[in-house]
Amino acid sequence: MTGAAQGVAVPRHASALALLKATDITKRFGGVQALSEVSFTINHGEIYGLIGPNGAGKTSLFNVLTGIYIRDGGTFMFDGAPLENLKPNDVARRGIARTFQNIRLFANLSALENVMIGRHVRTHAGVWGAISRNAGTRAEERAIHQRAYELLKYVGVEKRAHSLAQHLAYGDQRRLEIARAMATEPKLLALDEPAAGMNATETASLRALLEDIRRDGTTILLIEHDMKLVMSICDRVLVLDYGKKIAEGPAAEVQKDERVIAAYLGGEVSLNLKGTT
Amino acid sequence: MVALGYTMVYGIIQLINFAHGEVVMIGAMVAYTVIVTLTGANIGLHPLLIVLAGVLVAVPACMGVGYTLERTAYRPLRRAPRLAPLITAIGLSIILQNLALIIWSRNPMPFPQVIATVPYHITGNPDGATITNVQIAIIVTSFAMMAGLLFLVYRTRLGVAMRATSQNQQVAGLMGIDINRVISLTFVIGAGLGAVAGVMVGSYYGIAHYQMGFILGLKAFSAAVLGGIGNLGGAMLGGLLLGVIEAMGAGYIGDLTNLCQLSGWSDALARRCADGSYLTLFGSNYQDVFAFLVLIAVLVFRPSGLLGERVSDRA
Amino acid sequence: MKSFFDTTKNPWLVKAGFLLVIACLLILPWVLASVGTAWVRITNLAILYVFLALGLNIVVGFAGLLDLGYIAFYAVGAYVYALLASPHFNLHLPFWIILPIGAAVACMFGILLGAPTLKLRGDYLAIVTLGFGEIIRIFLNNLSQPVNITNGPQGITLIDPFRIGSFDFSKRETILGLDFTGPIKYYYFFLIVLAGIIVINIRLQDSRIGRAWEAIREDEIAARAMGINTRNIKLLAFAMGASFGGIAGGMFSAIQGFISPESFGLTESVMVLAMVVLGGMGNIWGVIIGALLLSFVPEILRYTVEPIQKAIFGQMLLEPEVIRMLLFGLALVLMMLYRPAGIMPSALRKRELETKVKA
Repeated sequence: MTGAAQGVAVPRHASALALLKATDITKRFGGVQALSEVSFTINHGEIYGLIGPNGAGKTSLFNVLTGIYIRDGGTFMFDGAPLENLKPNDVARRGIARTFQNIRLFANLSALENVMIGRHVRTHAGVWGAISRNAGTRAEERAIHQRAYELLKYVGVEKRAHSLAQHLAYGDQRRLEIARAMATEPKLLALDEPAAGMNATETASLRALLEDIRRDGTTILLIEHDMKLVMSICDRVLVLDYGKKIAEGPAAEVQKDERVIAAYLGGEVSLNLKGTT
Repeated sequence: MVALGYTMVYGIIQLINFAHGEVVMIGAMVAYTVIVTLTGANIGLHPLLIVLAGVLVAVPACMGVGYTLERTAYRPLRRAPRLAPLITAIGLSIILQNLALIIWSRNPMPFPQVIATVPYHITGNPDGATITNVQIAIIVTSFAMMAGLLFLVYRTRLGVAMRATSQNQQVAGLMGIDINRVISLTFVIGAGLGAVAGVMVGSYYGIAHYQMGFILGLKAFSAAVLGGIGNLGGAMLGGLLLGVIEAMGAGYIGDLTNLCQLSGWSDALARRCADGSYLTLFGSNYQDVFAFLVLIAVLVFRPSGLLGERVSDRA
Repeated sequence: MKSFFDTTKNPWLVKAGFLLVIACLLILPWVLASVGTAWVRITNLAILYVFLALGLNIVVGFAGLLDLGYIAFYAVGAYVYALLASPHFNLHLPFWIILPIGAAVACMFGILLGAPTLKLRGDYLAIVTLGFGEIIRIFLNNLSQPVNITNGPQGITLIDPFRIGSFDFSKRETILGLDFTGPIKYYYFFLIVLAGIIVINIRLQDSRIGRAWEAIREDEIAARAMGINTRNIKLLAFAMGASFGGIAGGMFSAIQGFISPESFGLTESVMVLAMVVLGGMGNIWGVIIGALLLSFVPEILRYTVEPIQKAIFGQMLLEPEVIRMLLFGLALVLMMLYRPAGIMPSALRKRELETKVKA
């Protein structure tokens, strides 16, 4: 934990190998330039933060990356291969899974079922398998059940495995969404404001979870407004403002960057980060 | 005009009012009753007045029906998932059809042609294109109503309220617009338009029948979609276009798919066509198919219609 | 006494109940035949409606896609059978060859319809499917010129009944001392097929594909983000629903002996939809009950309403057909207003899951 807090340039658990390399990503919505030639690199095994004032284009970047919007320009290189204009489900298959700013769980399904659905993309049983319930299908179903349960335990929601997703506490819902995304075996886990609405305790346990995920080998891309969380856990950070990149680098450096401070506060005040561990 | 009714309701609450076709039908039926009664009563009223009376009774009747539908069936379901009001609309459509069946019996009623049809030959040639005074009256009335509607929506306060509600219901409510009233009025106006349309359809085709609403409704919906649902100008354009496509299609498809044109390819075919008869693959009885094909084509290739969709779809 | 019926304490009760139901089903035709052989026919038609409702349930209930032209697949299956087993083209293939062909053809139409249209939003999809249903009906009505394929509005008659070797399903025979009329033979056959279809449905629902359908129904965007190819999975629902419709259509042809485009209109599509809605979209047993209710009740009414009306009013004010349609319309409207999840909401399944965990 201390390594990350001191803003070490290349944390020991990250490699210098780029997992995702974005070059000049551009996206327009009618008259609004949501993204303007944004370029950044996410390395294997790190937690990469994406911050910026409201309306800076963070979620747009997510949506462009995961195929919900089609970008107007620029390229993505993911794990060595380009991400052409893929549909969201193909993006997931390639290994990028996401959560949503407004939590999009399958409300009327149980927590377990939600995570089981996450396994869809890595399993195969089709209609014939469903109808015949042959040995292969049965084995696969057992594996799906088991893995889903394991993931629920991993995020700490296993006690509510059979509750409907909509009946879960808010914090549990956010964790469930992460579990579901992890069920797709992503190489890159993209989280859209996972700590939104959480109090300090919940945020702390979320932080522990994210560190576990990083330790276990998954790279994380994180949009967040909670600066304490960002500074304490992100290895590197990208700062957007009005669709443009204004800074990229280790968290400690970025927080001191004048342009970043100006973007957030429109003036010359220093960010109060006293409580950062 | 029927398309306008559909598009108005859809624009405001994103509901395809299946029962709208039935409302039109009711308009026709009510007018029919009135006209028949008045004609039969032999009061010596001028035929135009009789038709007018029919319209004047049909319009409020349909408005009443539209209002009732909205209050009892659609309003409670405003928050339900999209499927629910749609199913309800279908159910209402069935109920209305059958009620009409009960009231007016199952037979097609000959719509009394109280106004003598006077054909006008456009090219001066009796065999060429002709247009009758009834058709002229229909065209004029339609345009008048459409103009009136456009005025209402774009130049009056109510119109502003309607447009606001269609764009963002919640905020419109917060701004002091009485959503319920606006929506009810939309339905009612749509129904009124439908009533007039019903009378016109009845006069034009000469019959009023409890099932006439169904096909009419579908075609009107196609027209609305063609023009861009939620867009009033689109509905008008769509209506006109669809009418033309259908008429020309029905008229010419016989010729276009006349297999005899291919008789050079096959002796058997040539023999069959020798006496100059037609061997059509698709005759004019496929006319109804056109509306559907247009609908499907538009939805698949250009879902926002010709004039673009006004209803915002938040992903 | 109440604890006696508690199935968690007395699991054998479930099995006993099950056997009881099966026993009733087995002797049912004889009971009905004693009231009148027409009732066995009605039951057979009701079972066909159950097939249709279950098929539509896959599309509407499992996957959440509103199909208003479902009867078109029924029509396709019926006509395929009629064309391959009647004097019309003088082909007389056996039913166990034709039924799969019918299913395949219907499936193909399902894919044909679904491929361009499944990306449309709910209401639009509903209209397009409605249009498709009507187009099929119009084509069936008109494909009598220049080449007579469907014999137009007159339909196709003298359709072969099911036959296995010398065992003819339409002939009345005495087997084991019991009087098996044609309808009774068909009844048992349909019952067996029904059992198979129910099993298939249950297995589909509780499978990877079934979960994918549920995901799409709940939140399509999230489902796609999780890697589900929504287009293909929806197409699958359409195709499966269409296949079931096709099989049912073939059976319809056989027991009726005669089909015409009239039986395959929008009204019928809506009826099947009403059955699914009434029963609880997505719930297999609910849908079966919905189908049985909406098949039998109008028939029962037909036999009671006529004499009652004649007695009270001296004449028929409301014909049974009209009452039937009014009932359907009312069923749709009232269900949506007061109990949108249906008679047996599939949320039942969820609640069952939770109680099991507690116990």
